[in-house]
Amino acid sequence: MTFLAEAVVAGLLVVAGVFGLVGSYGLVKLPDLMTRLHAPTKATTLGVGGVLVASMLHVATAEGRVSFHELLVTLFLFLTAPITANYIAKAWLHGHARPADLPPTATGAGWATFAATAGGGSRDEEGAPPAGEG
Amino acid sequence: MIGAALAFAFACFGLALLLNLWRVATGPGMAERILALDTMAINAIALLVLYGILQGTAVYFEASVLFAMTGFVSTVAYAKYMLRGDIIE
Repeated sequence: MTFLAEAVVAGLLVVAGVFGLVGSYGLVKLPDLMTRLHAPTKATTLGVGGVLVASMLHVATAEGRVSFHELLVTLFLFLTAPITANYIAKAWLHGHARPADLPPTATGAGWATFAATAGGGSRDEEGAPPAGEG
Repeated sequence: MIGAALAFAFACFGLALLLNLWRVATGPGMAERILALDTMAINAIALLVLYGILQGTAVYFEASVLFAMTGFVSTVAYAKYMLRGDIIE
């Protein structure tokens, strides 16, 4: 393993660790959920991506074989992080925002989050799951 | 050099897990706790991959793939339960 490859892997690991730590620190530090969503979904995803790329490079340079497992995990994480963020934001909006306070949608159908309670506008208290209507 | 970088990354992600645990314990709402648990799953994936680099085996990637999938599904299921009061309608 050449010195250059080792330096690149070590640098990637350090950068990834800093990104992961910043993501979780932001989760603790930022004031409310909508801002807290930014730190883990962006910084932590990038940190894990850095670790996975470092692992790929390490395997390729130290053992001379190409490994695609990491690419699979990276792809999966990068695809699912926005979806989970969207779901969590919707769950928060459902309990905290009034339909009247939200900007109008472009379609005239209203916000999907409030489709179940359309017209009612009942605001659930902190963390209480909405009454099932399904 | 890689050993030192690995130790640094282990320390960073371990500390990140502790910070997430703090948010799970004190988070004022359910959505914060779901977010913190999702982030814990992602950090656990990072720790598993780092351990795989340290040990030089590919066994831990299967575990990290499983963590990625179950973390995603459980987060979406929990958020869906909060949204609708039901998971599969």
